Amino acid sequence: MLGKLDWSAIPIEEPIPLFAALVVFLGMVGVLGWITSRGWWPYLWREWITSVDHKRIGVMYIVLAALMLLRGFVDAIMMRTHQTATLFGEGYLPPDHYDQIFSAHGTIMIFFASMPFMIGLMNFVVPLQLGVRDVAFPTLNSVGFWLTASGALLVNMSLVIGEFARTGWLPYAPLSELEYSPGVGVDYYLWAIQISGVGTLVTGVNLVTTILKMRAPGMGYLRMPIFCWTSLASCMLIVAAFPILTATLAMLTLDRYLDFHFFTNDGGGNPMMFVNLIWAWGHPEVYILVLPAFGLFSEIFSTFSSKPLFGYRSMVAATLFICVVSFTVWLHHFFTMGAGANVNAAFGIATSVIAVGTGVKIYNWMFTMYGGRIRFDTPMLWAMGFITTFTVGGMTGVLLAVPAADFVLHNSMFLVAHFHNVIISGVLFGAFAGFTFWFPKAFGFRLHEGWGKAAFWFTLAGFILVFAPLYLVGLQGMTRRLQNIPVDGWAPSLFVALAGVGVMIVGAACQIVQLVVSIRRRDSLRDETGDPWDGRSLEWSTPSPPPAFNFARLPHVEDEEPYWSVKQRAIEGQPPEVPVSYEPIEMPKNSPTGFVSAFFATLIGFALIWHIWWLALLGLAGAYATFVVFAWRDEAEYEIPAAEVERVDRARLETRQAWYRRREEAA
Amino acid sequence: MSASSASGTLASDISARSGAHDPYRIGRHGGHGHAGTGQAEGGPASRYVTVTYGFWIFLLSDIISFSAFFAGYAVLSGATAGGPTGRELFDLSRVALQTGLLLASSFTCGLGSLASHRRDMVWTQIWLLATGLLGVGFLVLEAQEFVAMVADGAGPSRSAFLSSFFALVGCHGLHVGLGLLWLGTMMAQLLVKGFRDDILRRLHCFNLFWHALDIVWIAIFSLVYLLGASS
Repeated sequence: MLGKLDWSAIPIEEPIPLFAALVVFLGMVGVLGWITSRGWWPYLWREWITSVDHKRIGVMYIVLAALMLLRGFVDAIMMRTHQTATLFGEGYLPPDHYDQIFSAHGTIMIFFASMPFMIGLMNFVVPLQLGVRDVAFPTLNSVGFWLTASGALLVNMSLVIGEFARTGWLPYAPLSELEYSPGVGVDYYLWAIQISGVGTLVTGVNLVTTILKMRAPGMGYLRMPIFCWTSLASCMLIVAAFPILTATLAMLTLDRYLDFHFFTNDGGGNPMMFVNLIWAWGHPEVYILVLPAFGLFSEIFSTFSSKPLFGYRSMVAATLFICVVSFTVWLHHFFTMGAGANVNAAFGIATSVIAVGTGVKIYNWMFTMYGGRIRFDTPMLWAMGFITTFTVGGMTGVLLAVPAADFVLHNSMFLVAHFHNVIISGVLFGAFAGFTFWFPKAFGFRLHEGWGKAAFWFTLAGFILVFAPLYLVGLQGMTRRLQNIPVDGWAPSLFVALAGVGVMIVGAACQIVQLVVSIRRRDSLRDETGDPWDGRSLEWSTPSPPPAFNFARLPHVEDEEPYWSVKQRAIEGQPPEVPVSYEPIEMPKNSPTGFVSAFFATLIGFALIWHIWWLALLGLAGAYATFVVFAWRDEAEYEIPAAEVERVDRARLETRQAWYRRREEAA
Repeated sequence: MSASSASGTLASDISARSGAHDPYRIGRHGGHGHAGTGQAEGGPASRYVTVTYGFWIFLLSDIISFSAFFAGYAVLSGATAGGPTGRELFDLSRVALQTGLLLASSFTCGLGSLASHRRDMVWTQIWLLATGLLGVGFLVLEAQEFVAMVADGAGPSRSAFLSSFFALVGCHGLHVGLGLLWLGTMMAQLLVKGFRDDILRRLHCFNLFWHALDIVWIAIFSLVYLLGASS
C-alpha cells in the first residue's frame, strides 16, 4: 500500500536531523499559526499564491532562495565544525550523515538558493527594464516558481522521511546506482531536481520569449539594458542545457527503477558517460548562475559611478561569447578521466579562452568606475567586493585549467576553495547586490545602509578567512569531502577557516537584522520618487512599488539609457510630456494552476521515491485534470479601467515633478 | 557607451520606426520593423507570435533532450554485452510501416490545420481524428515490437545497447502518446468552444509539435534502425 515507506524511514536514532526537523516543523507551525490568527490566508491566496504578476513571483522566488540559502549555510557550518572537531576525536557526524550533509549543501545551494535567487531577480527586473507589462507567459511563470518550490520541499522532506543522497551534489555513477546506493536518498535527489528542473526550463523559455519578442517600442537589441542581455544569455543556456540534465537524470532513473544499464558497471554500461553528460549541463550551469550577476553588477557599476557603462557593445559580445564557449569546456571537470593528452589540451585551452570574455568584462567595469563620481552605497560595496575577490577566484580557475596541474589538484580542497571563491563572490555577492539595489523598487523603501554595510564587511572578511586557508590545505594535499581529518599539519588552516565561518555567521545575522530594522523604520526609508539611486534604465521610471501594470503607457525608447535621458532633458528644461488621456489595460488574471500543479508534482515525486505506484497515478491524473481545467477557462484577462490607470499615473507624475522642483531649488 | 548614442538618435527616426537608419539594429536589415515580428521597434509582438515563438523555443529544448538520448545511444550502441545486436533484432518492414503511418499522420495534421484556417469544423475534426488514429497505429506497432523483443530476452536490462535503444525509441513513443492525449483534449475543446483565438494558437503549436516528432523519428529511423540493421 505504501511502497517502501514505513516507520523505519523516520531516523529516530539520529538526534541531529530529528532535532533540526523539529525546529523547522515548529517554525512552520508557528508561521502558519500566525498567518491564520491574523486572518491573512485569503490575502495570501489571492495576492501571492495564485498571483501571475512577474513582480510578485520574483519576490516569492527570492524568499524561497533566502530560506534555502540559510538551510544550506547551516549545512556548511556543520561541515566546518565537524571537520575541525575530528582533529580532536570522532566529530559529531557519522560518515553516513556527513555524506548526506555535503550532498545536501551542494544541491540546495546550487538548485534551490542560487538558481531561484537569480531567476527571481530576472523575473522581477527584466519586464520592467524592457518597458513591458508582464512576461510572455504569466501563468507558466507561476507554474515554474511552484515547481521549484516543490523540488525544494522534497529535498527538505528527506531530512525526516528517509534520507538524502550520499553521493555529492552530482550523483556520479556507479556510486549512485542501485547497487551502491540502495536507499531512497538518490531517488529524493532525482525527483526533486527533475521537478524543479522542469520549472527552471519553462522559466527559461518564458524569459527568452519575453526578451526577444516583448520590448517597449523603440528598444532594439542594442538598446536593451545589459542585465536584459545577460538574462537572455543565461536563459538561452537554460533552454539549451537543462534538457541535457533532464535526459541524464532520466537515464539514471531508468537504471535505478527499471534495471537499465546506462551507467552500471555490468551489462556494458558506461559510468564515464554519466560524468560527461552531467557536465555538459553542469558547466553551462555555472554561467547560467553567474551571467545574470555579471549583468546586475554592470548596472550597479554604471549607476553608482554616475556614468554610462563602459564598452556596452563589447559587454554584449563578451556575454554571448561566454554563452557559446561555455558549451565547449565541460571536460575540464574530469581531466583525470584519461581522455588523453590531446583532448585534455584542447579543453584546457578552451577553458583558458573563456576567461578572456570575463576579463573583458572586468576591464569594462574598471573603466566604468574610472573618472566616475562613485557613491559607496551597499550595492556598490558588494560589486567592488565581487570584482576584487572574483578575479582571484578566476585566476585559480585558470590554474586548474592546466591539465598537468589539475592532476595534482583534482578533488582537492584547492578546487573546493576555487569554486566557492567564484560562486560566492560572483553569484552570492551578486544576489545580495541585486537584492539591495532593487529592494526599494519592490517594496517602496530602502534597506538600512549601516546594517547593510556591516553585513558586507563581515561577509567579505569571513569569506576570505574561510577560503584562503582552504586553498592552502588543498595545496598541502587535503582532498574534499573528508569525514575524518587524518593530518595534524592541516589543523592551523582549518582553525582559521572555522573562525571565518564565525565571521560569516555575524555577516548573515547583520543581513537579517538589516531586514528587520528596515521594515520597522520603513517610513523614514521611504522611496518616494521610485528612483532611489539616480538610476538609468526604465524600471526606475515606475513608482516604487510599481503598479500591477508597470507602465500606464508603454515608454518609447530612443537610446540605451532611456530613463537617464528623460531626466537629463528635464534638467535641461524639457519636462516629460504628460499624457492627455489614458486607455484601459488588460492584465492576465490570477490562477491557482501553478500551485495546484506543483501540489500534484510533489505528490508524484513523493510517490515515485517511495514506490507508491497508485499515488503516482493519482498525481498524474490530478496534473492532467489541472491542465484541462486551465485550458478550459474562458476569461484569461481582466481589465483595469482607464480612471484607475490615470489615478496611479498622475500620482507618479506628481511625485516626480515634486522631485524636479526640489532639485531645482537645491541647485 | 558610444558617442553616437550620446548625441541621441533623432526622435523623428524613432517615430518613423523605419529602422533603416538605426545604426544599432542587427539582423533583418531593410525595414521589417513592424509589430508582427517584435524584432525591434514595433513594441511587444502579438499574442500569436509570442505563443508560437515560445513553443518553438520549447521544441528546440525538447530536441536537445532527444540529442542527449541520441548521444547515449551512439556511445552504447556497440555495448551489447554478448547479447543480440541491432542486426539480429530490427525488423525493417515494420519500421517502414511505422514511418509511413507517422508521416501520413503529419500530412493529415497539416490538412487539419488548413481546414481550421477555413473554420471548417467537420473537416478539422475529421483530419485531427485521422491524425490521432494514425498515431495510435504507430504506437501499437511500436508496442508490439517492444513486447516481442522483451519476450525474446532482448529487453532493456539485457545490455547497455538495448537500454539506450529502449530509452531513445521509448522517449519518442512517450512523446507521441502525450501528443495523442493533447490532441484528444484539444478536439473535445474545439468541439465545445469553437474556433477561438487561443484554441487556434494551441492547434498551431500542436502542429509544430507533431512535425517535430516526425523529424526526430526520421533521425531514429536512419541512425538507429537503418544503420543498426546494416552494421
